[in-house]
Amino acid sequence: MSRVPLPYTQKVLDLFRNPKNLGKLEDANVISVAGNPACGDMITFYMKINDQSVIEKISFESYGCAANIATASIVTEMIKGLSVESAWKDVTWKKVTEEVGGLPSVKFHCGILAVGAVKRAIRKYYEQKGSAPSWLPKELTFEEKQALEEEELAEKLSKKLKAADEK
Amino acid sequence: MVENVKDLLKAHEGVKREVYLDNENSTIVPKDVVDAMLPYYNQRAYGNPTLTHKPGWEAFETIMESAQKISRFLGTKILEEITFTPGETEANNLAIMGSAFANKHKGKKIVISAIEPINVLHVTELLQKFGFTTTKIPVDGEGFLDLEKLKDAVDKETVLASIATVNNEIGTVQPVKEALDIVKDKNPDALFHTDASDAYGRIPFNVQDLKVDLATVSSYKILGPRGIGALYVKEGVNVDKILEGQIGTQKLWPGVENTPLIVGFTKASELAFQDFEANTKHMRMLRDTLVDGIFAKLSDVKLNGPKGGKRAPDNANISFLRCEGEALTIELSLAGVYVSSGSACSRRLLQPSHVLVAIGRKFSEAHGSILMKTTRYHTEEDITHVLEVLPNAVNRIRGIVGSTGVD
Repeated sequence: MSRVPLPYTQKVLDLFRNPKNLGKLEDANVISVAGNPACGDMITFYMKINDQSVIEKISFESYGCAANIATASIVTEMIKGLSVESAWKDVTWKKVTEEVGGLPSVKFHCGILAVGAVKRAIRKYYEQKGSAPSWLPKELTFEEKQALEEEELAEKLSKKLKAADEK
Repeated sequence: MVENVKDLLKAHEGVKREVYLDNENSTIVPKDVVDAMLPYYNQRAYGNPTLTHKPGWEAFETIMESAQKISRFLGTKILEEITFTPGETEANNLAIMGSAFANKHKGKKIVISAIEPINVLHVTELLQKFGFTTTKIPVDGEGFLDLEKLKDAVDKETVLASIATVNNEIGTVQPVKEALDIVKDKNPDALFHTDASDAYGRIPFNVQDLKVDLATVSSYKILGPRGIGALYVKEGVNVDKILEGQIGTQKLWPGVENTPLIVGFTKASELAFQDFEANTKHMRMLRDTLVDGIFAKLSDVKLNGPKGGKRAPDNANISFLRCEGEALTIELSLAGVYVSSGSACSRRLLQPSHVLVAIGRKFSEAHGSILMKTTRYHTEEDITHVLEVLPNAVNRIRGIVGSTGVD
């Protein structure tokens, strides 16, 4: 239980103050969630993906710190207008971190979670379609695994808490 | 990364009023205190108090007179019972480790509450390596110790119990006297330590009335300088040193005494105690205005810790549901209101404040918690300003959260 200094970049601060593409998207056809309120770190993406598999519209909601809000916001800007395939292949957590001017290392997981949520959305899109393209790997990517790990940790902590309560 | 800070600071330009309420984590040092300290850096008493020259004897005199004053504020007359340490962390480490080691022949069990500060919690974890075991006594929804469980936990093997008088995060005033009687009743040889850092200068606290064996007090918690605190050790109680080095006037803490900080701590104590009633009444009045105002202006808020007389007069700890704490501290900072959060996001691990978890708050409630402490220097205008700024800040962060993170 230690604290670390968090000197956020100007870009993180700007996105925190004026997030882009914030809120629900009424005509979204894919909604994906990553993280858990128990972790204090959770993102929802709303996407409208058209028949040409292009991400036409995207918005987000974020329950998290400034880094969480900023990375979610920048991801929406990075992938808006991209084909699903290039959103999958070109948007990595490292790129997201670069785009916000860098993050304190303890906050890397925010960018990872945001990209994990995008990858989930893309999988969901193809699940809904009922067919997956050959470039989509069956195995979970690093970001998806990390998101899952964080959620499992939250689950475990919540269970531990409940068990302690019942004692 | 340090370059980024310049931009962050620049973003605060144009803030019209600043209100600092993060007095849990660091405080202003009032001018009176600084003025009292300054001569001791280069005009007098700058010598080593154990050496045979005028600046040394001056330092010796200053330190002894300071110890005398602090001992009186704590309710004892024996100045040898006061050991100056570099702060609360060091005093608690010395109290727990030093008394455990010195008395291990009596037993190797330690009893603490589940909401002790981490400088107690972590020391007891460290002591496991030396064969000590620790029982954590649960607390209720307001942070009050389960006295029945305490009774069950203490036995002939118990060497030490440590229960803070006032919890630093949620302000709960523990029934320390009752807890001590329970411990001593079951094992008269067990020692009783209390971290009184959040009691000293805030509620009546007297080591002789309480009959505690050890008590920690901290300078910065009463608007003194950081880097100085004291451990009260009752005459006859054995405590081992935990650091080795040159021993001077402080038999339990090696190193050259920091006379200016000791003077600052003493001056801060005098200021806290000279108008104790008025000071604490003022803190309480402003704290109540703050808490009542927040409840009037915002829905989905929860007070953490008890209400009324069993709460320290300065402490306000509130959970804002559907709102993440770190984001809120930044939003408030940009509006000139400085507070801290029990959110995990401001900590290295994902786990939020152990105190809030121990009183049964859900993680999401703990993540949205804000801790504020009033001082005698705050004004009604300060609180009015906070109450103007806070609802907008909470509502903006809640706007980003939307329906995400509602569990």
